[in-house]
Amino acid sequence: MAKRDVPLRWDRKMQQRLARGEAAALGELYDRFASLVHGLAHRVLDDERAADHITRDVFAHVWEHPDAYDPRQGPLRTWVATLTHRFAVQRLRATETAALVRGGPGTAEELETKVRHASVAARADYIVQSMPAPLRAALELAYFQRRDYRQTAADLGVTEDEARRRLRLGLQLLSTARDAGTAPHPPAAPPGYGGAA
Amino acid sequence: MKAHDEDDGNDEQDTRETRDTRDAQGHDTGSGARIPLPRASVEDGGRALPDPAPAALEHQVLTSLLGAWALAACSAQEADAVEAHLGECEACADEALRLREAVTLLQRPESLDLDPALRTRVLEGCLERRPPRIPVPGWAAPYDAETARLDALLQDFGDAEWHAPVRLRWFEDDGAASRRTTVAGVIAHLMTVDGAVAAALGLDDPLGEITAPSQAPAARTEAYWRASHYPLTRAVRAPWREQSHGIVRTVAFTGDSGGMPVSYGDFALPLRDAMLDRAFECWVHAEDIAEAVDYPYEPPSARHLNGMIDLAARMLPGVLAARRRAGLAAPGGRPHLVAAGEPGRSLRLEIEGSGGGEWLIPLDSPGAVGSADHEVAHVALDGVEFCRLAAGHVPPAEAAAGQVGDREAIRDVLFAAACLSRM
Repeated sequence: MAKRDVPLRWDRKMQQRLARGEAAALGELYDRFASLVHGLAHRVLDDERAADHITRDVFAHVWEHPDAYDPRQGPLRTWVATLTHRFAVQRLRATETAALVRGGPGTAEELETKVRHASVAARADYIVQSMPAPLRAALELAYFQRRDYRQTAADLGVTEDEARRRLRLGLQLLSTARDAGTAPHPPAAPPGYGGAA
Repeated sequence: MKAHDEDDGNDEQDTRETRDTRDAQGHDTGSGARIPLPRASVEDGGRALPDPAPAALEHQVLTSLLGAWALAACSAQEADAVEAHLGECEACADEALRLREAVTLLQRPESLDLDPALRTRVLEGCLERRPPRIPVPGWAAPYDAETARLDALLQDFGDAEWHAPVRLRWFEDDGAASRRTTVAGVIAHLMTVDGAVAAALGLDDPLGEITAPSQAPAARTEAYWRASHYPLTRAVRAPWREQSHGIVRTVAFTGDSGGMPVSYGDFALPLRDAMLDRAFECWVHAEDIAEAVDYPYEPPSARHLNGMIDLAARMLPGVLAARRRAGLAAPGGRPHLVAAGEPGRSLRLEIEGSGGGEWLIPLDSPGAVGSADHEVAHVALDGVEFCRLAAGHVPPAEAAAGQVGDREAIRDVLFAAACLSRM
């Protein structure tokens, strides 16, 4: 479910409740973000138990440091996704490095490539989940349901122009997943998690 | 239903790979300098060449097609026109490359089915590291867990699932009763009955302006269903979830031990028991929903299941007394008025499996104390089977129970357990 329409008021309120030490707020936080956190962690680590660990670490971090979130920097969802990404990539790098040190196959460059791919894939997931629902729906139809843009337009009840526009804009947003650490491509969409949130 | 989605996911995987290959080829030619040649047959004919179709599309239109092109979601003619254009326009060629790469990043979302036990583990882990200043009372934990579990089940439902028919079943007048509704109708039912708890806590009653003939769960639900002029939709999910979160949040602030009475119309339960009852109903109806959409659903955790069974066991003596007054239960072999707090004839209820335990049910008076010395019968059944009986989903005569002792007492207790059910 897209949370774009929920005003930042929810985020601030949640932060206050967490800071106050309300266990019920922690439960609500989990209910809202657990599948996001677990999904992103799983995309990076490709391992169920490792994703469980990251989920535990992310919620523990938020619960122990609710003040580290700054609502002026963006939605809580973005902050949680950024934390997840950071923790998951750290873990991936640590486990892969340990394997290399033990004499496992691969090189340091291959490790970096793997980390980068996992990182981009997770960011892409987040962008798709966070983009405006009309764009996501158009991509869903055109890509997963293999509808052409005319059928997509008909399915969505929009003009063919609009369907083309949505598909292009959706892919433009998605393409920013590769931009982290490099110059942002479309100036309107900063790299990484800020881009689509 | 979800199982099918997973199959579809695999199919997508296969088709995606083939599509990617095709697209990659499209991209190779696109960034190259391929300019489509006029068709040979036309040239051979010696007639004037028609305007090449691609040229009929303006730059702006071609640019707008880039997304559809990258997704292989435009016509072959349009794709040719776009690819011809890419050979001439560097800006579009750059964008086409970016969008093509973006397509490779599209992936089916990971399975959203999180292990419900993970929620408990994560939350407990957090609370150990930083103890809460405002904890959720232990008696509210089953409700918190069950509502979260049901919400997770609903997460991926499409319209077909929300409108899937569900038959609510319960036991009434010593027979099976049922009522047809939809998945959305079940959520509305849970919301309106949870509303009794919400109202007791001073939260908004979801019935709002709607007046129900009584506060009994069935009456409240029917009133809510009637007041909805259109079939209920997925729109009920958000208010149901908001209310259940609100209830958990508020009970944490009540600061008492959960003794506040919650009215169910013709009877009342203390808040802590009402919360257990609502957790039980949430599970039972989640199973109804899961069955309707052909999806598996697990019983609650052993600890929570035990609390629910304990509540049923504590309610049985009152139901037995009411049934006896109504002439539905046997009067027993000797005067059954036992002074409050005194031991009385008892049935040993042995619940096996997850969440199980043993309970001594006083048979002759709700005020009596169960006593091993006065045990007249022993019934053993599985915890989940007992809950299905108490939910009215298994007729008392068919409950798979091992039994020893006073047959009449056993029959009375099994019927009383089924009578705990309601719509």
